[in-house]
Amino acid sequence: MSATKRYSMVVDTRRCVGCSACVLACMAENNVPDGYCRDWIVKEVKGRFPTLTQEIRSERCMHCTNPPCVDVCPTGASFVGEGGAVLIQQDDCTGCKACIASCPYDARYVHPEGHVDKCTFCMHRVKRGDNPACVSVCPTRALTFGDRNDPGSEISKLLAARKWKVLEPQAGTEPNVFFLE
Amino acid sequence: MNQQLVEVISNRANAGIDPHLHIWGWEIPAYLFLGGVVAGLMILLAGLELRHKEKPRSAATEWMPLVAVALLSLGMLFLFLDLANKEHVYRFYMTFRPTSPMSWGSWILLLVYPALLLMYVSGLSAERREWLLSIKPIQALRLGALVRWTMAFGDKHRSKILWVTLGAGVGLGAYTGLLLGTMVARPQWNSAIMAPLFLTSGISTGAAVMLLTRLDKRESATLVRWDIAAIAVELSLLVVLLLGLSSGNVYSQEAAASFLGGPYTASFWSLVVIAGLVVPLTLNVLEVRRHTPMTLYAPALVLIGGLALRAILVTAGQASGLH
Repeated sequence: MSATKRYSMVVDTRRCVGCSACVLACMAENNVPDGYCRDWIVKEVKGRFPTLTQEIRSERCMHCTNPPCVDVCPTGASFVGEGGAVLIQQDDCTGCKACIASCPYDARYVHPEGHVDKCTFCMHRVKRGDNPACVSVCPTRALTFGDRNDPGSEISKLLAARKWKVLEPQAGTEPNVFFLE
Repeated sequence: MNQQLVEVISNRANAGIDPHLHIWGWEIPAYLFLGGVVAGLMILLAGLELRHKEKPRSAATEWMPLVAVALLSLGMLFLFLDLANKEHVYRFYMTFRPTSPMSWGSWILLLVYPALLLMYVSGLSAERREWLLSIKPIQALRLGALVRWTMAFGDKHRSKILWVTLGAGVGLGAYTGLLLGTMVARPQWNSAIMAPLFLTSGISTGAAVMLLTRLDKRESATLVRWDIAAIAVELSLLVVLLLGLSSGNVYSQEAAASFLGGPYTASFWSLVVIAGLVVPLTLNVLEVRRHTPMTLYAPALVLIGGLALRAILVTAGQASGLH
């Protein structure tokens, strides 16, 4: 087991029903302003009628290992925190929006207070040993959070056992949110 | 019925993000344009003097560094207006982030001001120096000794000041393109061509600002020749940019298509390519070959084209993405 943690999330697209409980839990937990969201639901339908397939995904900041938002930030407000989580120091943020433009997932937005905002993996909960709010409330257990550097963690076992993908791999950002197919 | 169907529905509706990115309005293209003009002025003013090995011949080139200071200040005001967290603007200068083009730009801007002011003061004729020392603000603020020292310093290091101005101008012009060019998430921008494209466009628009003023004949003749070269290079870079996008992955091809039949086709080809580049290039070439008197049409069109280039690219780039 590696000494450094690598916090990651797995979204089981076979379990996710798109109920938006994760979205609402995040809003309540993080006091997300009205009209905004840090996580969201995407429904993707593919195929030729009548053989259509639908994938439902709970999406959020991918907490990339190679985060372009951190690279372009001129003040260091966007930074890589504990366990590789990509975070924002609100007091250092000028609201220049370079990080928003650089994100391939459009996971960031300007908070009405002026700073940029996004998913934090609920680090305030993780630090006290809890799961992120979205993971805690998921009624179908589609979301799993944990340390990917710990081979014994549930997340490591899922990634070893199931076929998975990441979104926009061509961006080269090495996302840490994985989607089980 | 037989077609492959892909339908993506999202419940995200964040302001400025959905349905597609639109975080940067008119302020950023206006800033990028003015930054480019100032970069061009710095390169051309330093270049003219280094080439002719003598101080400004016309009154216009003498006070042009002050015009550059004013234009840059206006651009920085636009940049400030764009910030969502305005009271934190000082944070740009609390750190230096080598991976951030915006951080480089912030510090380059700080180098630009003293370079331009030193260039202005040390480029003044004896008559103008007397005038500068006699004006009320200098006397009221008791800045006479400082201005005299700056003049003496400038005279002693004039050549070095010109080279620093030239370098800072190249840095400023290239950074305005690099700022967009490094965004992997936006295929429309993500090209190494953006830095030299914005730099050459900046040189051309800088030349246009100078050509709109009363210059010495030799100065304007040199500038028109340099402008022809800059426009020709800019046209070539636009071709390379479109070729690069067209031969890239599906997202780059979509970005290229927005200029080749897509929503930005009419504005890009009419304002940027034809009005902003081809027509002024033709006018400039005619002026040089047939020795016809210079008109203000070519520089005015170059300025319109330069602003349109940035406005269209900033808008189109935000609309492009990897999904």
